[in-house]
Amino acid sequence: MFDTNDVIVIDNLHKYFGHIQAVKGVNLSVRQGEVVIIVGPSGSGKSTVLRCINHLEVPTNGAVYIDGVHLEDKKTDINKVRAEVGMVFQQFNLFPHLTVLENITIAQRLVRKRNQEEAKQIAMQQLTRVGIPEKADAYPRQLSGGQQQRVAIARSLAMNPKIMLFDEPTSALDPEMIKEVLDVMLVLAKEGMTMVVVTHEMGFARAAADRVVFMDDGSVVEVASPEQLYTNPQHDRTKLFLSKILGH
Amino acid sequence: MTALEEKTNKKAPGGSAWREFPWWLVAIIIFLITMGILIATQPEFKRAFLFIKGGFGSLEDFPDVVALIGKGISVTVYTTLVGFAFALVFGLLAGLGRISSNVILRNTAIFYVEFIRGVPTLVLIFTVAFVLVPWIAGGENSGVSMSSRAVFALAIIYGAFLAEIFRAGIESISKGQMEAARSLGMTHGQAMRHIILPQAVRNILPALGNDFIAMLKDSSLVSVLAVRDVTQQGRLYASSTFRFRESYLILTFLYLTMTLTLSLLLRWFERRLGKNV
Ligand SMILES: Nc1ncnc2c1ncn2[C@@H]1O[C@H](COP(=O)(O)OP(=O)(O)OP(=O)(O)O)[C@@H](O)[C@H]1O
Ligand SMILES: [Mg+2]
Repeated sequence: MFDTNDVIVIDNLHKYFGHIQAVKGVNLSVRQGEVVIIVGPSGSGKSTVLRCINHLEVPTNGAVYIDGVHLEDKKTDINKVRAEVGMVFQQFNLFPHLTVLENITIAQRLVRKRNQEEAKQIAMQQLTRVGIPEKADAYPRQLSGGQQQRVAIARSLAMNPKIMLFDEPTSALDPEMIKEVLDVMLVLAKEGMTMVVVTHEMGFARAAADRVVFMDDGSVVEVASPEQLYTNPQHDRTKLFLSKILGH
Repeated sequence: MTALEEKTNKKAPGGSAWREFPWWLVAIIIFLITMGILIATQPEFKRAFLFIKGGFGSLEDFPDVVALIGKGISVTVYTTLVGFAFALVFGLLAGLGRISSNVILRNTAIFYVEFIRGVPTLVLIFTVAFVLVPWIAGGENSGVSMSSRAVFALAIIYGAFLAEIFRAGIESISKGQMEAARSLGMTHGQAMRHIILPQAVRNILPALGNDFIAMLKDSSLVSVLAVRDVTQQGRLYASSTFRFRESYLILTFLYLTMTLTLSLLLRWFERRLGKNV
């Protein structure tokens, strides 16, 4: 039924919130190792689509498959799938009552059933990778926004996910901190991680993305390479959107 | 926390230190000291004090600490401590039920909370002790002691109050915390236990402390079950000696000492915890 290289398959996804139709029949497949960027105006359904990929939102209609596993199937162990799909949020969502190290080890221990030693070792590897091993014993509130977001990325990576989802990971950051987070993501992309990223950072998209998906009003309007979409958009709605975000 | 610290650290402009000084605390302490002096120097007060705190009868039945602080006081403390421990369990369960998506669980929890809130505490103590307990334990002569019934009644009543506190505490934690935990593959229960509840409990600690003190005071109501807490001791002493003034002043003194000590302890504990959050 599917290309076996497709690790994410979104099939005719519909999502209603009460009477609001947030997503109107989205189809999207992501191959192993691919980096897909989703752009679009506010309220166009980007977050909703992303959140359906790890079942934080339950589709009203349609289906999502991760590695061929149907998420909406009652028999699917959603926690097992989620351990393979990391998610990074706009607001970081670190656990404020735990140290940085504990933030990164807790799910490893509870979900991956790793012992304290192993979890700690993996946590330190990931912290080193995001460039702040010295913050292991700090509490989240003691870190800058950029550092918090890097810890959030390390927390997800420590689970050894197959897929990483990012929902506007730099939107809550001061400009000088955006780069440190994007750099981490860029390395991750180059290493072959499968990524779906909602972001308006065009520099990152050009450097990392295989495809850019433009969404408007709950639908996918256009899918193209970053070069193609940014310089030669095919649809009027895409042009309008790009003129707005380039305008300022 | 920071706002509070700023307020207390702020250099007081002339006269403000005098205005901010806790004179009320001084007045209460003067009352307590006066009572202490009366007990030490006046035989009638001393006799009443010894009886009410419970220093009578077969003292050898009790361990040393109990003998020292008195049986009346230890019954009050025991009733409050054990009652509150159970109330925490009932409250947590009902609070979780209250926000559950399961219709039966949610309605059971709401039923419990609303039922208890609609009936006076004194009436509930009678109802639990003489209707609910016999009904659960099977028969009036089930051999459940009055002090156990009293503890159970207080636990059930306060469980309903605590349920609302737990619910509010859990709901005060941002949705993103649960989502982050779930997105890492934690089950709902794991996320609740390791991520949400530890944060919620910190937030509701002052409220829990208040209810603990309220329960200490309400434990005096169990004297209606003839459980010999300090209140019952005071009533017994008053009715047998007609020394009403001594009896009730000493009762007041004992409760005030306990509640004041507790609230100072709680404040200290909160401040300590506040530093680590
Ligand atoms: N939990 C919810 N309850 C009700 N409506 C919701 C909910 N989540 C999203 N919506 C609505 O669904 C639509 C799509 O929202 P979504 O968050 O997916 O958009 P978005 O493209 O991510 O927007 P933004 O760029 O502002 O983040 C919006 O109209 C939004 O108001
Ligand atoms: Mg969004």
